[in-house]
Amino acid sequence: MSGHPAYTEFHPRWYRRQMSTWWWLGKRAYLVFILRELSSVFVAWFVVFGLLMLRAVGQGDGQYQRFLDWAASPWVVVVNVVALLFVLLHAITWFNLAPKAMVVRLRGQRVPGSLVAASQYAGWVVLSAFVIWLLVGAG
Amino acid sequence: MADSITLQVTRYRPEEESEPTIQEYDVPLGRQWSVLDGLNYVKDQIDGTLSFRWSCRMGICGSCGMTVNGEPKLTCGAFLTDYAPGPVRVEPLANFPVIRDLVVEIGDFIRKLPSVQPWIVREEERPVSEGEYLQTPEELDDYQQYSMCINCMLCYAACPVYGLDPEFMGPAAIALAQRYNLDSRDEGSRERLDVLIEHEGIWGCTFVGECTAVCPKGVDPAGAIQRYKLTAATETLKSFLLPRGAR
Amino acid sequence: MTASHDVLLIGGGGAGLRAAIAVAETNPELSVAVVSKVYPMRSHTVSAEGGAAGVIADDDTLDEHAYDTISGSDWLCDQDAVEAFVQEAPEELLRLEHWGCPWSREPDGRVAVRPFGGMKNMRTWFAADKTGFHMLHTLFQTSLKYDGVRRYDEWFVTKLLVDDGRVHGVVAVELMSGRIEAITAKTVILCTGGCGRVFPFTTNANIKTGDGMSLAYRAGAPLKDMEFVQYHPTGLPFTGILITEAARAEGGWLLNKDGYRYLQDYDLGKPDPHPVLRSMELGPRDRLSQAFEHEVEKGRTTDTPYGPIVHLDLRHLGAKVIDTKLPFVRELCLQYQNIDPVQELVPVRPVVHYMMGGVHTDIDGATPLGGLYAAGEVACVSINGANRLGSNSLPECLVFGARAGRAAAQYAAEAGEPPSAVQAQAEDERRRLERTLADRAGGGERISTIRSEMQQVMEDSAGIYRSQDSLAKGADQLAQLQERFRVADLDDRSRTFNTELTAMLELQAMLDVAETMVQSALRREESRGAHQRTDFPARDDARFLAHSLVHRNPDGSCRVEYLPVTMTRWPPGERVYGR
Repeated sequence: MSGHPAYTEFHPRWYRRQMSTWWWLGKRAYLVFILRELSSVFVAWFVVFGLLMLRAVGQGDGQYQRFLDWAASPWVVVVNVVALLFVLLHAITWFNLAPKAMVVRLRGQRVPGSLVAASQYAGWVVLSAFVIWLLVGAG
Repeated sequence: MADSITLQVTRYRPEEESEPTIQEYDVPLGRQWSVLDGLNYVKDQIDGTLSFRWSCRMGICGSCGMTVNGEPKLTCGAFLTDYAPGPVRVEPLANFPVIRDLVVEIGDFIRKLPSVQPWIVREEERPVSEGEYLQTPEELDDYQQYSMCINCMLCYAACPVYGLDPEFMGPAAIALAQRYNLDSRDEGSRERLDVLIEHEGIWGCTFVGECTAVCPKGVDPAGAIQRYKLTAATETLKSFLLPRGAR
Repeated sequence: MTASHDVLLIGGGGAGLRAAIAVAETNPELSVAVVSKVYPMRSHTVSAEGGAAGVIADDDTLDEHAYDTISGSDWLCDQDAVEAFVQEAPEELLRLEHWGCPWSREPDGRVAVRPFGGMKNMRTWFAADKTGFHMLHTLFQTSLKYDGVRRYDEWFVTKLLVDDGRVHGVVAVELMSGRIEAITAKTVILCTGGCGRVFPFTTNANIKTGDGMSLAYRAGAPLKDMEFVQYHPTGLPFTGILITEAARAEGGWLLNKDGYRYLQDYDLGKPDPHPVLRSMELGPRDRLSQAFEHEVEKGRTTDTPYGPIVHLDLRHLGAKVIDTKLPFVRELCLQYQNIDPVQELVPVRPVVHYMMGGVHTDIDGATPLGGLYAAGEVACVSINGANRLGSNSLPECLVFGARAGRAAAQYAAEAGEPPSAVQAQAEDERRRLERTLADRAGGGERISTIRSEMQQVMEDSAGIYRSQDSLAKGADQLAQLQERFRVADLDDRSRTFNTELTAMLELQAMLDVAETMVQSALRREESRGAHQRTDFPARDDARFLAHSLVHRNPDGSCRVEYLPVTMTRWPPGERVYGR
């Protein structure tokens, strides 16, 4: 409660409910929200993973090979798959949020949110295709 | 179809009990009856002690918000047939202190609202004799959606951030700040930004999005807040990068 | 605690908030308070849909607005008040524009206007079809800017404190805690709105129970023109939710069960596919509601479980017009009637909508009681006479709210402190309320039973058509209901948010108001505007070109007197529509 003007001094006994520890299980939207908050851990994991890889590359072929072997171990693969799912959730949230945060106008007309979101997805696909081409095609 | 439906209504009588209880009432399941009609039937025919707020019964005054089967709803616009065969759980709005039965205390919002200056701020008032400020339909369209807020408090009831941290400014107040920011007649966005970049302002929001989902008037407070965050971030960046005069 | 203010507003709707701002702007030194039984943004102004009239178009004139209003009122309004009103309405609407009201606009950015019933030119400003909502929220939000305006939200006023012919404040109950307090003031402005809930079928919100009228009446101020009750021709059956006149202004048609535009049979003009000003569906509300009654008699309406209905046809307007100009109409029809006006006919019937009468005031909102002012629907200045034109009531709230605010500010600056006698009065009132809570033991009747019977009595005796017989019978029945009310039950003894207690206080007010309506209607032996007597079907200017004033006698009975109508430039004439 912010501020207590005079007239609330006379309030009767209000009942204040506490939010249960498990409030986020009550609604799908709340659960998705909590999972999204959790996704930050996995985003951090990918950063750490990337840094480890960089270090291995810098230390020479042997180290890099050892890193690759470690990355291929089942538990790391499982962790990375889970992390990928969370990062996808995170990314999709951002893509859906963008049209809300930005109002794009073309010749005075408001561009519908779905179009803004769609253009991002298109950009995503193009970038991914480029990366795949780099790895597979050009390699 | 059955001709009656059970309402499970949360009662809280502060003079008699320290915790809410649930009371059941059977009410007729009329074809066009809203949950509010059911409650009024209880009040008029069964139990005069049941307390709840209502007034316009056409979804515009914002008085009759309650939690119906777990969802924040305007009870005048929630229909019994949609909940048949029942029972229908009717509780006070979440996240607010309960004064009695289905009546919650919304003074917190009422006290926060003036802090975002929800009025036209201008450096210079033009006299009324010089006519209206021109505003094209497109300029009107920029903020119109946010002007539709009826202050029914459903968004506060749906917002877990507000539930966990009552200091949070909340969806409706921020949407109303945005309503004036986006109004072509207004020049007060800088002053409002100073209030809303505080921790309890826009950055408190973690984009759960339920405020928009439950809004009966299509206001989209979640969108308003995300848009505000972008503005705030841009402004902050500008204040770092640009000399004072250029901002 | 006894709080004390210079100016006290009762009611926080359009008129109340406008008055509060007017006081704060006239004299920032004054302490202003708004006491309201609901949070201000819940006030019934919020439900107004169609628009607010004010001359702004180049081809429109103040005189034409005045003439439309006067002829619409069947010459019962005061023409000096109407002249002031049409003069100040555009200014007030512009001020609201400056405060941020989202008026609908022309492509070039100027404020748009639409046609409206009984108006010869387009002069109705609108914010889509939520005009009242936007006006109220603009006023409420703007009022937050004035630190001097103190609010008592959810306080219910039970009595005006009067000493020696002057009002010195009120006694009010804080709903949340149940505490009963005297709030003294040098002036009090009543802005409590109308009393539609006296009738069973009304567009009015639950809070419209004539509280302010009853407060003034009991304090010794007369009520004026109480026999004039407006039926709006288009309410949704069952709920009574208003379908705005703007629906007809945009081109909607009224059809009877044969699909026939029946208004052409009632001297309202010839059907034209496009809306014609002051014609057919754009005739005045009294005439349209009366035409409906005749259609019922002729058997040309459709029967439903909620009474006979006709249809409002909006289909030919198309989805685009409906969505931009009438979005709320579509929303309401979809939600409450389960029909889409883009594809289907909307069932409608006349519904009690507005009280032309109210507390007798002069052109500055002053009542005959010193220190007591009134503005908005609770007041009768009168600019509405025997029939109000649609879209005149919102600007009335602004114009006369502002006028009353300025006048009260001036009065308060010169008035002395309240005498100590009022404290004793407040103590008496506190004891009365305590007794009401304590003594209403079981065995009596429910408030709601008496309320529904009263509403039925009013519809049967004082509906669209009345007669000596119906009114006399109604008067008797109301007297009996008064007796039964005295021993009615109160289930709820709590002090915390006791809505049954407020319902009881509201019913008391409604019984007062109902009595004044029936008694004034009984004595007006003519037909004028919304007051139609089957036994006196003609207008009688020789006897009744006058306002009725109902006073309350010390024994609680009514005394009706008459006051001549003020005329400036428009002698009484025939009301001509559609020709």
